Amino acid sequence: MVDFTQVFDYVLMAMLLAIGVAVIRLKNLFAIVMLTGVYSLLSAAWFVSLDALDVGFTEAAVGAGVSTVLLLAAMLLTARDCDHVGAARHWAALAVTVAAGAALFYALPDMPIYGSGDTPANSGVGMDYMMRTGEELFIPNVVTAVLGSYRGFDTMGEVFVVFAAGVGVALLMGLGGGKRDEEDV
Amino acid sequence: MIMSAVDFAVGAILAFAMVIILIRLFAGPTLYDRVLAVNAFGTKTVLFLVVFALMVDEPAAIDIALLYALINFIATIAILKFFRYRSLEVALSAMALRKALDREDEE
Repeated sequence: MVDFTQVFDYVLMAMLLAIGVAVIRLKNLFAIVMLTGVYSLLSAAWFVSLDALDVGFTEAAVGAGVSTVLLLAAMLLTARDCDHVGAARHWAALAVTVAAGAALFYALPDMPIYGSGDTPANSGVGMDYMMRTGEELFIPNVVTAVLGSYRGFDTMGEVFVVFAAGVGVALLMGLGGGKRDEEDV
Repeated sequence: MIMSAVDFAVGAILAFAMVIILIRLFAGPTLYDRVLAVNAFGTKTVLFLVVFALMVDEPAAIDIALLYALINFIATIAILKFFRYRSLEVALSAMALRKALDREDEE
């Protein structure tokens, strides 16, 4: 059973890699916007297959839905062609990327093994929540229980911040309706 | 055991279909090919998630599949609106009104 889902993990990761390379290679902005939408869909599917349902839910709603529309709106504001970037700048970017990748690989052995029982999440206070959520709150998903109940005030504060940011952007940029549309019609 | 093998086979076929659609998405000569490919890819992802939920016996994953179906619809509408009107700002109702007025003028 576990082996089956791991096969799908690798297939999904291979597709993610292919999309990432294609986003870099393609010159068509519209195709790139669509590919980023597909990238979000695929990574959400991957999160689900890694049993991170809540992360998958967020990725599907924000990544695949909202950000595609936002990128399309941004496309309307940008130019269709760009200045040529010299090779020297490519080399600098490549050096930074290689250095960051090497640092990540250096840190990799310190990570716990995938599915291991003695990770920080599976020991200590995490297990305490796992034990108590069922009898205290009757919520099957522990992540939902922690977000919505144990640290509910924190989540409410986050929602307030996001709402205030959205209202601020709407007030600054307009809601897209108003006088101009009526003149058009 | 037989059921899980069937689930795996269906999932593998869906993954293969996703790869084929990805190739069309990369190559797609026209933009319409890409719109269709993205839409089909979204559908395949929804189906894949449902099969996956059956495979690991986790009904909560079907909720995400449903959310995908809704989100996919919104994204497709946004893309098509962008094609047709080159703007996301104008309400579709205003566009329908203008079209109706144009038709009256023609008549």
